[in-house]
Amino acid sequence: MREPFIIIEPNRRERHYWLELWQYRELFQVLAWRDLSVRYKQTAIGVLWALIRPLLTMLVFTFIFGHIARLPSDGSAPYALMVLAGMLPWTFFSTGLAEASNSLILDTNLISKVYFPRLIVPTATIVTAFVDFLISFSILIALMVWYQFLPNWRMLLLPVFMLAAFLTTMGPALWVTALNVRYRDFRYVIPFIVQFGLYVSPVGFSSSVIPEQWRLIYSLNPMAGVIDGFRWCILGGQSHLNLTNLTVGAGVTILFLWLGIRQFRKTEKSFADLI
Amino acid sequence: MSDTIITVENLSKSYLLGHKTAQREPYVALRDVITREVGNFTRKAIDLIHGRPIVQGDEIEEFWALRNVSFEVKRGEILGIIGRNGAGKSTLLKILTRITEPTEGRVLLRGRVASLLEVGTGFHRELTGRENIFLNGAILGMTQREIRKKFDEIVAFSGVEQFIDTPVKRFSSGMYVRLAFAVAAHLEPEILIVDEVLAVGDTEFQKKCLGKMDEISRRDGRTVLLVSHNLAAVSELTHRALLLDSGRVALDGATMDAVSMYISKARGAANYVHAIDERTNAIHISRVDVITSDQNGVHRFGEPLEVKVWIKHDRPIPKACLFLQIINQFQQLVVQAWALDPEVQFGNQKGESLLKCQFPSLRLNVGQFYLRVLFREEPHGNLWERLDGICPFEVIRTDKTTPWGWHPEGCVYHEQWHWILGFADEEKKARKPRLDAKRLPQPASSKKTTSTAN
Repeated sequence: MREPFIIIEPNRRERHYWLELWQYRELFQVLAWRDLSVRYKQTAIGVLWALIRPLLTMLVFTFIFGHIARLPSDGSAPYALMVLAGMLPWTFFSTGLAEASNSLILDTNLISKVYFPRLIVPTATIVTAFVDFLISFSILIALMVWYQFLPNWRMLLLPVFMLAAFLTTMGPALWVTALNVRYRDFRYVIPFIVQFGLYVSPVGFSSSVIPEQWRLIYSLNPMAGVIDGFRWCILGGQSHLNLTNLTVGAGVTILFLWLGIRQFRKTEKSFADLI
Repeated sequence: MSDTIITVENLSKSYLLGHKTAQREPYVALRDVITREVGNFTRKAIDLIHGRPIVQGDEIEEFWALRNVSFEVKRGEILGIIGRNGAGKSTLLKILTRITEPTEGRVLLRGRVASLLEVGTGFHRELTGRENIFLNGAILGMTQREIRKKFDEIVAFSGVEQFIDTPVKRFSSGMYVRLAFAVAAHLEPEILIVDEVLAVGDTEFQKKCLGKMDEISRRDGRTVLLVSHNLAAVSELTHRALLLDSGRVALDGATMDAVSMYISKARGAANYVHAIDERTNAIHISRVDVITSDQNGVHRFGEPLEVKVWIKHDRPIPKACLFLQIINQFQQLVVQAWALDPEVQFGNQKGESLLKCQFPSLRLNVGQFYLRVLFREEPHGNLWERLDGICPFEVIRTDKTTPWGWHPEGCVYHEQWHWILGFADEEKKARKPRLDAKRLPQPASSKKTTSTAN
């Protein structure tokens, strides 16, 4: 067996950063599996929690925005379906962000006792958010059957937007995770961002209600593009996709991702000293 | 292939301690940072222009946890690392295990490193024993295939087969530790780093751990770095030891020499004072004083001995338990005293507590002694502090002489006794003329006592 040769030096740039991450993939799996199996332990209804939360929110939003405010849906799509199509990626984003930002702090004893690429910890928690997403997806299917709404070929493009949702979550999540180790203030900032974001993102309403002249600024919110993309895939021809806005959103996502990874890599070596 | 498996060259690690700033806390509040940032902005900008490193804080002190440490370790060697609290042992291990980065110097490691800085790292209370074996194994660097291969062996070693599918939160603490060590013992790294693992568990289990460690290095030719406060364990397991003192290597040589130097170094300062007290607010022992009958840590046989322990705690410590142990020069535990809540009430509010332990008449045989203090949460809770090799003192006897003199090797303790001379034939007649030969006088209570501290 070839012997690994490790050199420890100050400020040594990890030449094999991403390779090392790949070598630790088993730990990634194990941590993701741990988070999953612990998630609903000692709860009476278990996985049902992943169904109840989006279901109730959807009902409230449909009632308030669709029936009281009488906002228009996308084309002829049922309002509830439109809300749910937007809420799936939003819930994924908000759970992912919240769980990832706390992940390092919850695993303090690991960080200060064992070495492994730190990036694994926040990334693994996003997997749990993804599993929740898959569970909630079954509500969407049930709802489509209920409304007898048939998706078309665009549904096949959903994984692309799922990936976009993942990348959009990763960027801010890594950034906040790294900051949270040093400044615990971010623990309180996150619930606020999530709550705030729910109203500035087109979750309870269609982005077609936004006046045309504000659309470009609105698309700076990367989740707006992701949600529009989800609706475009799920609702078939009933929703429209503006390519310019989508490109702006993608640009913001990439910027955040770059910032997040940079911040994370810059601070990860001092995590053990700070945490 | 070189025979040297670890090369450490001029390793240094400094921490910047900012005073009068929030840097004393492990983390800071954003509001504080903003206020300070405004004030420090100019200074930092100037520093930046001159290419100086930027640090937070108004008053900055550089604390060198490690300074120019160099050593080499050969394949299959067990190296002991000893030194008082704050000497840099833990920092050294954290650098070797890549948890933190050094400030200067470099380390070359030729092999896989696994560390046992704490038994059961990453165990999750809600998961079963079986699941935790996989989790812990992965965290310690085993592949899933390796774990599956060794699973039965691990379970057998731990002796908790019956409960393997029970969540570990229902385990007794003994079972928990046994399972955790079983996983760790089946690691197969070229270099194993062990820190203070022996602080937990019962004596039998500790023996098992020591045996396993010996086996790992002897049979498999693996290198072990053993860091411990347990001088007896270090003496038993290692032939070579590194004595660290204030971040420097004070001695790199035979374990016997390192241990005796460690004890004699401690003699210089009879009392223990927490090395970096400024930095921490967590529960810890801030000072230990031993008050002997004479000055310079000399204690006369039979005189009262007092030990004062100052404890700092940032919160109430209702289940606290303090063990005070006296160890002789042969690393034998000869006296143990304890303060257990609620018998002794201490730490019901945050702040500093002072506990005084009085031995009205210390009847230990002559020789060199030192203290070991364990401060923990009972039952089987956190170990807050473990101090070993502190407050050395010497016991002498001047009240009596013997034709052969007083020797530490003789025994550990002198009991009071008196001889009765009877006449064998008169015993039957129930006549008992007695000759009191009270060898040892009662400890005099009015003898002059001078304290060496305070």
